[in-house]
Amino acid sequence: MILYILRRLGYGVITLFLVSLLTFFIIELAPGSAVDSEIDRLRAMGSTVSTEQVEALEEQYGVNDPWIVKYGKWAGGLIQGDFGMSFAYRQPVSEVIWSRFGLSVALALCATIVAWGIAIPVGVYSATHRYTLGDNLISLIQFIGVAIPEFLLALVVLVAAVQFGGIDVGGLFSNEYRNAPWSLDKVLDMLAHLWMPLLVISVASTAWLTRVMRANLFDVLGQQYVQTARAKGVAERKVIWKHAVRNALHPLVMTLGATLSVIIGGEAVVSIIFNLPTTGQALLTSLIVKDTYVAATLLVMLAALLIIGNILSDLLLMWVDPRARI
Amino acid sequence: MSTAQVTGAGLDESTGSGTEPPAAAAIIDSKVGEVSQTQLMYRRFKQSKLAVVSLFILGLLYLSALLAPFLAPNDPVQVDQAYKYASPSSLTWSGGPAMCTVTQEIDPVNISTTYVKDCSNPIKLQFFGKGFEYKFLGLIPADRHLIVAPEGESKLLFFGADGNGRDIFARTIYGGRVSLTIGLLGVAIATVLGSIMGTWSGYAGGVTDNLIQRLIEVIMSIPTLPLWATMAAVLSPDMSVTKRYFLMTLILALVAWAGLARQVRGKVMGYAKSDYVSAAKSAGAKSPRIILTHLLPNSASHIVAVSMLAIPATIIAETTLSFLGIGMLEPAISWGVLLKDAQRIDVIQQYPWVLLPAVFVIIAVACFQLLGDGVRDAVDPYS
Repeated sequence: MILYILRRLGYGVITLFLVSLLTFFIIELAPGSAVDSEIDRLRAMGSTVSTEQVEALEEQYGVNDPWIVKYGKWAGGLIQGDFGMSFAYRQPVSEVIWSRFGLSVALALCATIVAWGIAIPVGVYSATHRYTLGDNLISLIQFIGVAIPEFLLALVVLVAAVQFGGIDVGGLFSNEYRNAPWSLDKVLDMLAHLWMPLLVISVASTAWLTRVMRANLFDVLGQQYVQTARAKGVAERKVIWKHAVRNALHPLVMTLGATLSVIIGGEAVVSIIFNLPTTGQALLTSLIVKDTYVAATLLVMLAALLIIGNILSDLLLMWVDPRARI
Repeated sequence: MSTAQVTGAGLDESTGSGTEPPAAAAIIDSKVGEVSQTQLMYRRFKQSKLAVVSLFILGLLYLSALLAPFLAPNDPVQVDQAYKYASPSSLTWSGGPAMCTVTQEIDPVNISTTYVKDCSNPIKLQFFGKGFEYKFLGLIPADRHLIVAPEGESKLLFFGADGNGRDIFARTIYGGRVSLTIGLLGVAIATVLGSIMGTWSGYAGGVTDNLIQRLIEVIMSIPTLPLWATMAAVLSPDMSVTKRYFLMTLILALVAWAGLARQVRGKVMGYAKSDYVSAAKSAGAKSPRIILTHLLPNSASHIVAVSMLAIPATIIAETTLSFLGIGMLEPAISWGVLLKDAQRIDVIQQYPWVLLPAVFVIIAVACFQLLGDGVRDAVDPYS
């Protein structure tokens, strides 16, 4: 078992290495970069900046090197925990990233929990009340939930909040708490700002997971062991929750990786609209201004999040399903 | 006619289990085995009413995109400051469809524009009236439009106008030309690529399989939307609309093929172990023949179903990327580009009609989703 986890982690590291190579290559494909514009800016300042400084930058980031050499420099630093310098934010990449990454992980985790927490009971209701008014209504909401792009939903929610609630929901804190030290009120203020984006992020995966749950449970309910349980006189509630639902959960666990991918993508878009300081927002900005080191580091971290999520989902599957164990 | 009735009866008997029985009941009066696999699929597909309705709606959407210049009352790119954020025309009836007159008034104090409506003297709308010039289906020069306001009167604006006074309705149906095809084309390329790689991987096995699987794993390890955004951000912002369109298609395909290839590989590996492939091999068939005559036709229906279900994601991706300003860009017209105007909350609050193109996105995506479900149930009733 431990050997299996180690092997999976090993594969994960190799995949991550390839991901970093691929993403760095793609980002470097475009002409120009934030390093160049930073150097241009320093040159333009002329007398106040020494030429050595400019040359040091050129040397450090190998402005004229082929991409693979640049990659080597960046990846070498990455392993040692030095992510390089962000030129758009004018600070080390690590400072830009860690707080944002924390918020992203928290949002992704909470969104997954919300999606599962809603999808399982609703899916069970839908499957056990097939073709009733409630089921049809749920199906309709699901289809809209899957079909509506996240940025649209975010926009609509934002407008509705301003229109009807009269509250400003953008950003992480209200004005009065932005520079205040941490306190209970500040945490509550942050939660008040976070629950709406969180809901928007989880809508698509919730809708999709509900559909998966409904279909699975319906299949399982038709199996003979369920019939046997009913024939034995087991209470219906027990038949569903103890016998059927447990076996209908496997596909849900298996799709955790795909769900996480959707949630991370959604989080990126939604946080741009809600103006939340997450990785998604930084990724888009850095992609546009060609801040290579920030963008590449963020993509590698998002990939790491996804890979770890996939390993966890496989372990979880082994836990819920003895047949999947090795 | 009689076939349809029998099929209906079969449906009642089978109480919606959705597999073979209805078709079996339908061939009572014909010889056994006369119904082809394709016909069976068609019958199963027809049973799913939602999928049929979706197909119909999608057909209408594509038709409207094709006939966009004829259906649009106004030129979608014509900037007109006299109609800046003009609200949708109010339609009335006056011996035929008509609309109220609208005059723009500029408030000298706030320098804001207001539109004054006057319904006492409605303008009669003309069918097949003259409007801007275009080429019908790209070939025949024409200037007739389905419905327009008479020349010299106020503009007919079904969905209002945007910040540059351009007709949002015209822009929406023109936008369908990009938004409805970019995802479809992207998935088509992805399907070809995914089928080739998936079949190759599943049939060759060994090192080849391992390498292709690692590649797929790398692509699937990067969250889809950020990966699309990364690739789209590489495109230079000042390239031509056509070039950008094709590169965007390619970008969508380069990510989407991975999931398809994995599905195809699974199917092919299953079939590759089957008896008839062993038989073909022992009869001396070469690999190309086995792949082309045995493996691909067998997985074809599955490939179609999986591809159909990949379309909604690509349409949403185009819209999202364009909305974020890294997909299609002005002067291209796509639904995402139109929604980019709706980025500011105060604009949406004051001029909510800028969000109307979103309705088309949602309808198109929902219909593709339902259609994909229907096709999957029809070709793959056991999965």
